[in-house]
Amino acid sequence: MKDDLKDSGHLFRLAAVFVISGLVFVVLRAYLVPKSFGQYGHYRGNAITEAATRPPHYAGHQTCETCHGDILEKKKIGKHVRVNCEACHDPLTEHANDPASLQPAKLDVAFLCVRCHEANIARPKDFPQVASVEHSTGVPCNTCHQPHNPGIEGAQK
Amino acid sequence: MTVTRRHLLLLLPSAAIAWKYLLAESPADSPNYNISEHWWGMLIDLTKCIGCGNCVRACQAENDVPDGYFRTWVERYHVTDYDIENPHVDSPDGGKQGFPPSNEKGGKNFFVPKLCNHCVDSPCTQVCPVGATFISPDGVVLIDQKYCLGCRYCIQACPYGCRFINPRKKVAEKCTLCYHRITKGLTTACCEACPTGARQLADLKNPNDPIHEFLKTHTVQILKPQMATHAKVFYNNLDGSVR
Repeated sequence: MKDDLKDSGHLFRLAAVFVISGLVFVVLRAYLVPKSFGQYGHYRGNAITEAATRPPHYAGHQTCETCHGDILEKKKIGKHVRVNCEACHDPLTEHANDPASLQPAKLDVAFLCVRCHEANIARPKDFPQVASVEHSTGVPCNTCHQPHNPGIEGAQK
Repeated sequence: MTVTRRHLLLLLPSAAIAWKYLLAESPADSPNYNISEHWWGMLIDLTKCIGCGNCVRACQAENDVPDGYFRTWVERYHVTDYDIENPHVDSPDGGKQGFPPSNEKGGKNFFVPKLCNHCVDSPCTQVCPVGATFISPDGVVLIDQKYCLGCRYCIQACPYGCRFINPRKKVAEKCTLCYHRITKGLTTACCEACPTGARQLADLKNPNDPIHEFLKTHTVQILKPQMATHAKVFYNNLDGSVR
């Protein structure tokens, strides 16, 4: 029996190496794996909050309407009722947060209107489209059409 | 320069500190948003799309998408009368500046906006080797930019071609369904900018969302249903020629 255990030192040394590496693994793992990993699944839960915390650039039409109710009234009776403010005026969170800091740029009507209303074979047939060259011969669209209520009868009101 | 034991000993603690910085915990959850009460998707009504490119520009402005890359884009289809299997598709600069008048005559012509389909069984999340891309509990496929290695497996796996490597950050990127907006009660930037209402954000867990009535009363299809991805971007009036 004694002879059997005579050379057992190397076994204990090997076991010690295993135990220590196991401990090192457990400690390193606790240190390196983020706390939120596995919160919802096999990914870092905080990645969701990081994705959610970016600030928006488009303020949203609800925000615009809190101040610009007059424009909303105009839009309500016209065909552009469902066109949101920032569809034409571009993202304006900065303006919404501090109206004095950033004044929206004056829009180029000639460019903006044809982007949607220039005749194109792929557009839905019931969508109002014109061949701008023939339709206005270079006269700016807002001579006749008011962008917030583009019907001709709307312009006269 | 050879790396000596001394160098390694100096290097290891700094590497550990870098790791800790990399894995730093981040801000708390958005208030008033219960992640388990939503299941996000999108409805795209092709009968309303006019190909103005507002969505593409809005997406770029909202999400700082580099030029030449797209989280959403618009395709123009031209299907000739006798060849429905081989449509002509163009998308100049993703449709960002709208579409020039078509040279095509006759046939069937229409626009198809595309974006990440936020699949329920998404191939991209299945292939990610590091758990950097995942489906959030509210049904949005997201990318953890700190974990992504930029290995491009997900780009190959996506059947819809919705992913790209951000040339600046060198990590995979794609539509997040404006996660930073929808968790604040706003709609996505593309839906906000769409002038015709062709794009509508849909919360499939909200019984009052108009999506449910729409799905019941319209001919709605998803892209590539044969891939069994269970996509959540629904197309109304989708033509069979759309790939």
